[in-house]
Amino acid sequence: MNKTDVLIIGAGPTGLFCAHQLGIIGLSCEIVDNLDKAGGQCIELYPDKPIYDIPAVPECTGEELTNNLLRQIKPFNVNFHLNERVEEIKKFENRWHVKTSGGLEFDVAAIVIAGGVGSFEPRKFPVKECEKFEGNSLFYSIKDKSIFKDKTISIFGGGDSALDWAIELSNTSKVNLIHRRDGFSGAEASVQKVKELNDQRKLNLYTKYQMDSVLGDKNIEAVKIIHDEGEIKEIKSDYVLGFFGLIMQLGPILDWGLNIDKKTVQVNTENFETNVSGIFAIGDICYYPGKLKLILSGFHEGALAARGCFKYAKPDEKLRFEFTTTSKAAQERLGIKK
Amino acid sequence: MAKITYNTHDNKTHTIDVQNGLTVMEGAVQNDIPGIDADCGGGMACATCHVYVKEEWLDKLPAKEDGEEDMLDMAFEPKNNSRLSCQLIVSDELDGLEVNIPSKQG
Repeated sequence: MNKTDVLIIGAGPTGLFCAHQLGIIGLSCEIVDNLDKAGGQCIELYPDKPIYDIPAVPECTGEELTNNLLRQIKPFNVNFHLNERVEEIKKFENRWHVKTSGGLEFDVAAIVIAGGVGSFEPRKFPVKECEKFEGNSLFYSIKDKSIFKDKTISIFGGGDSALDWAIELSNTSKVNLIHRRDGFSGAEASVQKVKELNDQRKLNLYTKYQMDSVLGDKNIEAVKIIHDEGEIKEIKSDYVLGFFGLIMQLGPILDWGLNIDKKTVQVNTENFETNVSGIFAIGDICYYPGKLKLILSGFHEGALAARGCFKYAKPDEKLRFEFTTTSKAAQERLGIKK
Repeated sequence: MAKITYNTHDNKTHTIDVQNGLTVMEGAVQNDIPGIDADCGGGMACATCHVYVKEEWLDKLPAKEDGEEDMLDMAFEPKNNSRLSCQLIVSDELDGLEVNIPSKQG
């Protein structure tokens, strides 16, 4: 079991800055996130889009913001547990025992939920029968591409994931790429490449088509696709891949006894603690009168929640307010050599 | 002010007076109309405020900006009359607008 002062759920900007604030006041923390990298919505939804309202940063991208925050918390050597979702929390005397989807266990004094709008999960096909094939011949992400060799693959979607995989798999598989319109949201170079491959008959592009149904018994044998005008085509497929981006779902947080309203967790504005003592919520996932879903608000909330955690982590000590400009202790924690 | 009608998936009809300047998404969220999640808060970054616009309104609405169609690729069962309700700003011209909310957003 990993023993630390605070567990932060969510490695978005709010969670990262909260780790910084915990480090400054001398508390240890570890961070769990369901994605495979830090950055949360900044990285997943808009890595290249500029943000203009971070105080004292006139312009930066989601990726730059994330990298800067990671650099800022570097002195604290925070452990990240990526691709893990927190599944279960249990009060154990004065501490919390936490379990993740991958079987990790934590023993912590306090929990900070910085979970944005929930954990990111792949967005699935609306067609009901797809569930039956999920994980055997229908996938929303690729773990082992060797299974597709010499098979017929139908890929749905028009973003970078769909285009990149269509291009890559067309080397070793027969690929159908199906998208709901002529335009694509993926990179222009990839769009051109796909069109070239289509002209050279190295893949089959179907635009203005969407999935109608999947056919097959144990494994998929074919998919039916339907054109905007109603025409239906049946195409043989061994595998179906769907790349429709990610959707955010609150998941297990719903079961922790927190006051939840419209996918947000109610907190007080003194230290952003929830109705359950020792559990804090900050960033987009928290709600209080006047709440703004801005990154800068998340930073403020994280700073106060970190101080709120102190009494649980070090009940016998008193937290003194200090500035990083002058505090020797804070500067030592930051590893600053004078 | 415009009267906006939201038809939810349970076959209920909600007609609401929405103030000019708010979005069709905000009109739904502020009045607790179910089915519009608006996870990203109106940033055109999530496609969970997706609605189907009544056909006769399609041409009367402001055109889609760059990015809306890309985001609609991610929506649940997008159709030709799909819009993101966070991009529809209410004005007197939208008085009488009718939208259907999809069975789910993801």
